[in-house]
Amino acid sequence: MGDHHHGPAKGPLRWITTTNHKDIGTMYLWFSFSMFILGGAFAMIIRAELFQPGMQLIEPAFFNQMTTMHGLVMVFGAIMPSFVGLANWLIPMMIGAPDMALPRMNNLSFWILPPTFALLASTLFMEGGAPAAGWTFYAPLSTTYAAPSVTFFIFSIHLLGVSSIMGSINIIATVMNMRAPGMTYMKMPLFVWTWLITAFLLVAVMPVLAGAVTMMLMDVHFGTSFFSAAGGGDPVLFQHIFWFFGHPEVYIIILPAFGVVSQIIPTFSRKPLFGYDSMVYATASIAFLSFIVWAHHMYTVGMPVAGELFFMYATMLIAVPTGVKVFNWVTTMWRGALTFETPMMFSLGFLILFTIGGFTGLMLSIAPADFQYHDSYFVVAHFHYVMVAGAIFSMSAAIYYWLPKWCGRMYNEKMGQMHFWISFIGFNLAFFPQHFVGLAGMPRRIPDYALQFADFNMLSSIGAFIYGASQILFLYNVIATIRSGTPTSEEKTWEGAEGLEWTLPTPAPYHTFETPPAVK
Amino acid sequence: MFQLSDNPTTDTAAKLVVVTVAMFAFVFVVMVPLYNVLCDVLGINGKTNGEAYISVDVEVDTSREIKIQFLTSNNAGMPWEFGPTVKLMKVHPGAVNDTVFFARNPTPEAMIAQAIPSVSPARAAAYFHKTECFCFNQQPLEGESSAELPLQFIIDQDLPRDIKTITLSYTIFDVTDMASSAVAAR
Repeated sequence: MGDHHHGPAKGPLRWITTTNHKDIGTMYLWFSFSMFILGGAFAMIIRAELFQPGMQLIEPAFFNQMTTMHGLVMVFGAIMPSFVGLANWLIPMMIGAPDMALPRMNNLSFWILPPTFALLASTLFMEGGAPAAGWTFYAPLSTTYAAPSVTFFIFSIHLLGVSSIMGSINIIATVMNMRAPGMTYMKMPLFVWTWLITAFLLVAVMPVLAGAVTMMLMDVHFGTSFFSAAGGGDPVLFQHIFWFFGHPEVYIIILPAFGVVSQIIPTFSRKPLFGYDSMVYATASIAFLSFIVWAHHMYTVGMPVAGELFFMYATMLIAVPTGVKVFNWVTTMWRGALTFETPMMFSLGFLILFTIGGFTGLMLSIAPADFQYHDSYFVVAHFHYVMVAGAIFSMSAAIYYWLPKWCGRMYNEKMGQMHFWISFIGFNLAFFPQHFVGLAGMPRRIPDYALQFADFNMLSSIGAFIYGASQILFLYNVIATIRSGTPTSEEKTWEGAEGLEWTLPTPAPYHTFETPPAVK
Repeated sequence: MFQLSDNPTTDTAAKLVVVTVAMFAFVFVVMVPLYNVLCDVLGINGKTNGEAYISVDVEVDTSREIKIQFLTSNNAGMPWEFGPTVKLMKVHPGAVNDTVFFARNPTPEAMIAQAIPSVSPARAAAYFHKTECFCFNQQPLEGESSAELPLQFIIDQDLPRDIKTITLSYTIFDVTDMASSAVAAR
């Protein structure tokens, strides 16, 4: 070892110029948490307005901006970057690589994000307000009837697409070229596998989203008529293109979460993951199927019956590989020596709540039944069970699980357990009643509702406030851990943990695996 | 496999950039045309053929009578008065039928309009042949003037027998701003 073995650069410029995967991972995680707070604030405004029927606090136009911005910020600003941050931190450490394959591009793909979201958030202060057509921004609401800020929105979608694609290219290049000798594909930890497949999905569909917003841009400014019937176009075309991106997108969000849970459940069951091979094949099958089910989001547009049937059966087929995964997680725990530390609690919460979300997804996949559920609060409940209890719960689990390895300090277990239980109760109180009001006919994205939904909506709002508050506790716990947590230097923070990252010293040094480890 | 670079990392990255560009192009050169072709072939959305139909078989099927209803609506912000002169016709499949719509531009400015047809039930769209239609072209009208818009159509003899009523609806759009750079296909 020579003196090239330096630590991080001094001063704030370190964070601007860094190419270190750990620094960039940390920045991604903090950025996504700040976006989580921002998107959460939008959600609190929505739930405050819906606390009681009638128009209470905000104007309907502003309400539409809130639902739109909440969705955009949470999907593109909070969930996606948080998993990219996790990938940056962990993939090199898990496959025995010294860094990501393209470190400078890594720096660029992070630093595109803060200006992009500043641009998106700035539309709130523009004349006509922020985008208000929903996070799915269907044309012509997002073209003919959009506020002038739609151009800024389109530009920010382009930029965050560029960032995601660069991040994905980096992850694929790292996994394909930088594995330690002996680390064959079928020996890779499942988190690496799920991210590899996710990255391929991103490279395939982010350009499709870019294409959709480019068409919007041309319709709005350059006189084309992709989505305008007057010029021979068709607004329904927008929905097809959007969901051709949008359905793989939901697996982009959930597959890394599957990977996280597949690392954590074996650790706290003290057993190897049951059915590793089938997990890999199930992940790949889900990714493949995600490309041929998009129209189940638009059963009501007037498709031919054959189309409805095709998309219905293809969608139901996804339950098979997903069922394989749930079965494997449960079987991993079967007769294991279980303990219930915070990461395990969040993983179990994920397992139960994601499965509920999966079942409501199956209900929605039934084309004739979907005509009733379509655009109701039932859909809102469904996708929050898979997005929040799926992606965000697993993200919380991941932070508690790897934080001691990252910073060499143990988090406060009691506070972690409190965070879990408050989240779990708040989440279910917020979203379970939405199934009932949805089935009873309450439409989504409307700032007012009929009186019979008042009680459930009040419960829902209280639950949302509780869930929101629990994240402040989480933030406090993380900061307290980094600043003054009990120091730990054990290589294996968790007795049952397996994998290369647990062979490294704790806290993980700035440079790791400069000589690749031997993998048997 | 072919190599884009000797450095394996650069090679992987370069191939992925090619995939990215290809997927972006895919949206424009495959998805959009494919959607239009599928809509035409399957007759979804009730889109009817954009070009004049040339009749090949003149045999008239007098064994049944089809009710044709005409509906019109104005797109948001379109001030024209627009409607059918006859709201309901009873026709035989194979026969050539003529009708007239009227349009009036009540504003002082000259405007250009485009009518977009849609047939319901969508299944019938493929059997609704227009030999002459004002919807094939854009319709200019001087301020405070009016026009009669002719339509000539034939119902195909192969129209499924369970279809007894066909609704032809036109939505009229203001395309004055777009007309100079018109890309309108129909």
